[in-house]
Amino acid sequence: MHETPGSPREPAPSTYDIIIVGAGIVGAMVARYLSRYQLKILWIEKEADICMGASAANSAIVHGGYAVEPGTLKAELNVRGNAMWDQLAEELHFSFERCGTYAVAIGSEEQEALRAEEARARANGVPYQLISGEEMRRREPQISPETSGALFCPVGGVCDPWGATIAAGENAVTNGVTLKRSTAFLDFIWEADTNKPPQIAGIVTDRGEFRARWVINAAGLYADEVMHRAGVREEFTITPRRGEYVVLDRNHFQLDNVLFPMPSRISKGILVTTTVHGNTIVGPNAEEVGDREDAAVTTQGLEEIWEGALKLVPNLDRHAIIAVFAGLRPGSNAPTPDPKIDYHKDFVIEIPESIRGLVNLGGIESPGLTAAPAIALRVIELLKQAGEVLYEKPNWNPIRPGRPVFRHLSHAEQAELVRKDSRYGRVICRCEAVTEGEIVAEIHAPVPADTYDAIKRRTWLGTGRCQGAFDMPRVVELLAQELGLNPLEITKRGGPSKLLARRTKMRD
Amino acid sequence: MKEHYDVVVIGSGPGGLAAALAAKRAGADDVLIIERDQELGGILLQCIHNGFGVEIFGEDLPGPSYAQRFINEVHDLGIETLLDAMVLEITRERTIYATSAQTGFSKLQAKAIVLAMGCRERTRAQIRIPGMRPSGVYTAGTAQRWVNVEGYMPGKQIVILGSGDIGMIMARRLTFEGAKVERVLEVMPYLSGLSRNYVQCLLDFDIPLQLRHTVKRIIGRERVEAVEAVAVDEQWIPVPGTEAIIPCDTLLLSVGLIPENELSQQAGVRLDPVTGGPFVDEGYHTNIPGIFAAGNVVHVYDLVDWVTEAGFAAGESAARYAMCGAETARIPPIPTTAGENVRYVVPHLVNPERLSQAEVRLQMRVRQPLEQPVWIQVHDRETLVTRRAARYARPGEMVNVTLRERDYDKVRQSKELRVSIVPH
Repeated sequence: MHETPGSPREPAPSTYDIIIVGAGIVGAMVARYLSRYQLKILWIEKEADICMGASAANSAIVHGGYAVEPGTLKAELNVRGNAMWDQLAEELHFSFERCGTYAVAIGSEEQEALRAEEARARANGVPYQLISGEEMRRREPQISPETSGALFCPVGGVCDPWGATIAAGENAVTNGVTLKRSTAFLDFIWEADTNKPPQIAGIVTDRGEFRARWVINAAGLYADEVMHRAGVREEFTITPRRGEYVVLDRNHFQLDNVLFPMPSRISKGILVTTTVHGNTIVGPNAEEVGDREDAAVTTQGLEEIWEGALKLVPNLDRHAIIAVFAGLRPGSNAPTPDPKIDYHKDFVIEIPESIRGLVNLGGIESPGLTAAPAIALRVIELLKQAGEVLYEKPNWNPIRPGRPVFRHLSHAEQAELVRKDSRYGRVICRCEAVTEGEIVAEIHAPVPADTYDAIKRRTWLGTGRCQGAFDMPRVVELLAQELGLNPLEITKRGGPSKLLARRTKMRD
Repeated sequence: MKEHYDVVVIGSGPGGLAAALAAKRAGADDVLIIERDQELGGILLQCIHNGFGVEIFGEDLPGPSYAQRFINEVHDLGIETLLDAMVLEITRERTIYATSAQTGFSKLQAKAIVLAMGCRERTRAQIRIPGMRPSGVYTAGTAQRWVNVEGYMPGKQIVILGSGDIGMIMARRLTFEGAKVERVLEVMPYLSGLSRNYVQCLLDFDIPLQLRHTVKRIIGRERVEAVEAVAVDEQWIPVPGTEAIIPCDTLLLSVGLIPENELSQQAGVRLDPVTGGPFVDEGYHTNIPGIFAAGNVVHVYDLVDWVTEAGFAAGESAARYAMCGAETARIPPIPTTAGENVRYVVPHLVNPERLSQAEVRLQMRVRQPLEQPVWIQVHDRETLVTRRAARYARPGEMVNVTLRERDYDKVRQSKELRVSIVPH
């Protein structure tokens, strides 16, 4: 049910045209594309930083679109989104490689599944090439000798999902979007008149009230709670599906391809894939969990993904594992808008008719990362259809300049950079060769990195062999120094996640 | 700073300091130490406990004091140092690329290199501890740096997983600083560090050690709130019904050390999969001519004095190489092999001619503990080359056996030097 419109409120001090709730990849892309219009936009995130939910822990694949059910919103936006990534990466300067992806059939019994993949690729208009088992083994010598064939999708690729989300968010902020982190949505505010349908007037957060004509629900794992507050789609539920991964050290094991198995009923299966950083990742499984924050790794889960991965690549070595993590995917029960398609896990992308002022996005699980820029464009189309007149900013800048990444430079370029700014000469993370200069630049960036994990997501520090054991005390010191804080106040991920307890030689 | 050096030492822990000193004393003119921290000494600087120097100096010193003796000599001998500098790459031709906030980016050429990068700690991921990923899970060495160098406590209520030496030493250190160390869990049925650390750091402070126990799960989303401990059986499988939730705010890991050899691999140095360090001969020469390695970068030691000794040997060899080039051995080097109850032997090759100049110490780790008198014996096929007796053999304590001049004739004719550790 809707909140009953209450008594007329005092005009709130902060009034916006649009409020975006949620700062994952979808919120970031929506913010970025909407920032080109003359709109006053507030973008809120309950966590201490952007990119801390589903967008932070996934397979980092830009999908071609052959794996999704034809006729669904997922299929349409996957294909449309996929085509946007080259330009996005060029404008926003994050890592993306359109290296192509393989869906691999093992043994003759998976040939049928391969045909089904081919049929979906054709129906979705996705370019592909069927190759023999022999050809697949030639292209990837480490693949199972049982390989009987594969579908190669040349438009698939790998990206840095942290980089993509943060770069898009930063581009939005430099184009005038107001970002408030550590700000949680609690409820909607409604217009006081009794007209039907009710009109949203703003939101209540744990940091106060903010008024706006439009609210965009990009709350990911919490999208159902947000839409239910608006009285929309009471039957819609998010069922968090946990996916566990392991990361293999590139110095110990290397694989140059993106390898999917034949899909199962509930997921794309356990893949073995290269990343833009050269480390191989293996995963995910797919376990429905009740708790939206339960990104725990489990012994059984890690065994499951390891066994699954060995079917594709039998020579994987456990000794190469340098990290394990789990992500939660916001799986939903939404039917495809086209009633002829019997599919009930589709995206929700709509302006509901029962109320005014909500752009409702829900169930944006895989291929949500790929589709995110296309979802942003769809949001703009929906707003225009709803009568919103959007004027472009004359000075909108689509470019988010890249910052120096020491490890990507040649020795000559490194020498030049160190000459200009000596802080780039001090390596803080030895495994990934991240320098003090890069860390300080991120602390003072348009979306400032002010926690350890925020620096990790922006620089990839601490993601290597030693997992931060070497850099962590140094990063805490840098954060404290640059932010003018006591090291005791520095957190891993915001909130109560403090890294240190007290000074030595003190009583509690 | 010059562009050409006789010997460049990478790392200034005990192995690196000793190597630089030995190289200089052996006649190398231009010796440079590159250190990533702002001071010489490496991890010794955060090891403020005693126990260093008993073998070398006959004195029981804290880590920084032990390091200072070598640092003073480094300065007295005019050895150059490049501090606050990270080596980014070394090549097979011994070109070194390094970067420093103080001196900028540099490219150096060395006639000989001594790798002395030490080791890193195994992490949570490598032992795949299940559960959430909150703050408050640190390696014991990270905690040691925070407490002893930076002056901060990582937590107040602590569980330690692994009975490595740094873990036990931190159990005592954190207790001194007013933290409550709940217990130390060790998955193996025996201690992985030194017995003396168990006595002096755990027993003396009533900190319980639970062998055959591990962490089943880390609890807490933002900060560690508890760990679930569990007993394991002989196959390391958790025993149902033995779970116990231990409230704590910190989990420290002391679950093993790994030689740090990514730079070595860039230069084509071959690594022993058992030790994680380079294959070396008795002069600590790797398979790449002119590249030597000493200390924990070769294999993980438990006594710093032995690291120093290895550094001396490596530095001397490096100086000889820098001045004279490669030596041609008249007798091919003899491979050492790990026999019964021995996990590995370092060095991997012994040039018998060296025995006419100096003793060669074979270093090894035992596979299974033997709490009874043992023979540490070296065989060539069926022939006994040498042996010595010991009161016991424990995986946490490195075992040595020395080849002496008197063994020269036997070693010279050997095809292999197979080391075994067996009951008396």
